[in-house]
Amino acid sequence: MNIHEHQAKAVLKEFGAPVAEGVAVFSVDEAPAAIDSLPGPLWVVKSQIHAGGRGKGKFKEKEAGEKGGVRLGFSKEEALDHVKAMLGKTLVTAQTGADGKQVNRLYIEAGADISRELYLSLLVDRATSKIAFVASTEGGMDIEEVAHATPEKIVTVQIEPSTGVTEADAGKLCDALKLDGAARDDGMKLFPILYKAFVEKDMSMLEINPLIVMEDGHLRVLDAKVSFDGNALFRHPDIQALRDKTEEDEKEIEAAEWDLAYIALDGTIGCMVNGAGLAMATMDIIKLYGEEPANFCDVGGGANAEKVAAAFKIIMKDPNVKGILVNIFGGIMKCDVIAEGVLQAVKETNLAVPLVVRLEGTNVEAGKKIIANSGLNVIPADDLDDAAQKIVNAVKGA
Amino acid sequence: MSILIDKNTKVIVQGLTGNTGSFHTSQALEYFGTQMVAGTHPKKAGQKWTAANGAELPIYANAGEAKEATGADASVIYVPPAGAGAAIIEAIEAEIPLIVCITEGVPVLDMVKVKDRLLKSKSRLIGPNCPGLLTPEQCKIGIMPGSIFKKGSVGVLSRSGTLTYEAVFQTTNEGLGQTTAVGIGGDPVKGTEFIDVLEMFLADDETKSIIMIGEIGGSAEEDAAQFLKDEAKKGRKKPMVGFIAGRTAPKGRTMGHAGAIVSGGKGGAEDKIEAMESAGIRVSPSPARLGVTMTEVLKG
Repeated sequence: MNIHEHQAKAVLKEFGAPVAEGVAVFSVDEAPAAIDSLPGPLWVVKSQIHAGGRGKGKFKEKEAGEKGGVRLGFSKEEALDHVKAMLGKTLVTAQTGADGKQVNRLYIEAGADISRELYLSLLVDRATSKIAFVASTEGGMDIEEVAHATPEKIVTVQIEPSTGVTEADAGKLCDALKLDGAARDDGMKLFPILYKAFVEKDMSMLEINPLIVMEDGHLRVLDAKVSFDGNALFRHPDIQALRDKTEEDEKEIEAAEWDLAYIALDGTIGCMVNGAGLAMATMDIIKLYGEEPANFCDVGGGANAEKVAAAFKIIMKDPNVKGILVNIFGGIMKCDVIAEGVLQAVKETNLAVPLVVRLEGTNVEAGKKIIANSGLNVIPADDLDDAAQKIVNAVKGA
Repeated sequence: MSILIDKNTKVIVQGLTGNTGSFHTSQALEYFGTQMVAGTHPKKAGQKWTAANGAELPIYANAGEAKEATGADASVIYVPPAGAGAAIIEAIEAEIPLIVCITEGVPVLDMVKVKDRLLKSKSRLIGPNCPGLLTPEQCKIGIMPGSIFKKGSVGVLSRSGTLTYEAVFQTTNEGLGQTTAVGIGGDPVKGTEFIDVLEMFLADDETKSIIMIGEIGGSAEEDAAQFLKDEAKKGRKKPMVGFIAGRTAPKGRTMGHAGAIVSGGKGGAEDKIEAMESAGIRVSPSPARLGVTMTEVLKG
């Protein structure tokens, strides 16, 4: 689960990380009071969307002006003008896709005098199964480009789970970031704080880009991006409360309520599969036969007829869907249960597009019989290859 | 020979009394008499659990007591996600040699703690978020459907549960059969990696060929390819077929498995396929042609 920058900074502030003062605003009416509450002389007005590249982004609407999604106000009036220009408009960045994202909230923050911009992140390094810091003196840039062009400028420090961040670890990070004086003192404090926040809140990624050294020599978290492990949200109701559903696909939210893994894609063939790997492989084989999948949908291991029906309805909400492929290899799931669910959904949704069903595994004969005897227009398939060809042909023929 | 498990393997079940644990333990007992010997539950010690076929298993308070009473050499875990990490650590402390965690959705930082303990222990962990493992006609640990297996010569290993079934089903249909199938699980932090299982399959005389199924995310497939290249230089090599799921997955989106994500320019399907092919693995573009491709490779 992702959260907004202003929320991420509030979480980090709770743990004692140095962040600037700032106020989030959801309407133009709230903006003057927010601007007044900050000291100036510089107000930074930042679009809050769940996508990176905001500064270099561009608004779709002409009246929002040519500037990006992060703007500097050198007076209160200028800051307010930025709020009026950006709020409610659609920001397109390198990460949003061409449709962009509507800016429903802005974060107004006290400006800082920047001396140096650094990069710092924490993540779970799957190669070592440890939490690792990634640090670079090349902050404020796309870190993937830095990693590609100048890999020697990226330093990784692995943290032992049993000890946490040691003095030596913090020292290594200070060296990697070339911190001295007040900044070094700040760094020695900051690294354990970030690690604690990461562990206690079950983050999956914490990226500070940039971390800045200010003109006065101190460190400050200038931007912050945090993702949380969805599997650990059950023990963090405070984090769950930060969810912004307007940032998520409506179908994906509904799917989550049914405990389905659903991701909307751009193609025409809706897929319903059990197991993440098989779901990906089903998408791949559709493409292999020349069509594109409309979604990723893993109904999981323990689906019942109601859940299958719910998945079906969610898939059908996508107007681009011209055909559906159900591919179930039942280990835990029983094929007859799946068949019942599919038939129930076909009846309830008055399905008007071709449907191919491939069943294999536990109770497969009973499942196939239910489909065959239903009298409904369902195309049975013998195996995955057969299923993919049949749905692609059906969609192309339509 | 098979790898990891055979007809002598004695298995206890942590989380036996829940629906999932109950169902699959009954299934395992019915699969060529897999030796399921006990279950654990902190509050139900001393009680009996009854299988679908009427067999009864004793319940002990924890993995340590169950192991002591039964001499178990494996434990399978069906405990819900919030308690799964603690259950694995309980099994590690009981010094159970093989621990198989089926549970899906274990918080990744719980697994970081588990892995730290695991590396300092003698136990091997398979999973979490995996279908378990199965040696045909001998032993079934986990949730794989026994009916699709056939005793034979292919070693199957996979990060994905249902794709493991595809590989098994297709090699059965080709008449090849399997020595052992191992699902290592789709999570980013897990007990056993491809390399560990490949080493065992290379060392196993009965395993004549190997199917390895990877997916996007991480670098386990690249690491496995490098391992195979190094072993081949020492003269250890077996015919292999591979598949990578997620060629069409968009970047930056987690595809169901917490581990299946292409990020930071790493973990893409094409790089993995290239690495595997360079190690001599025939990578099938279609998940429906794993068995057929293996037959072709074996014909040479």
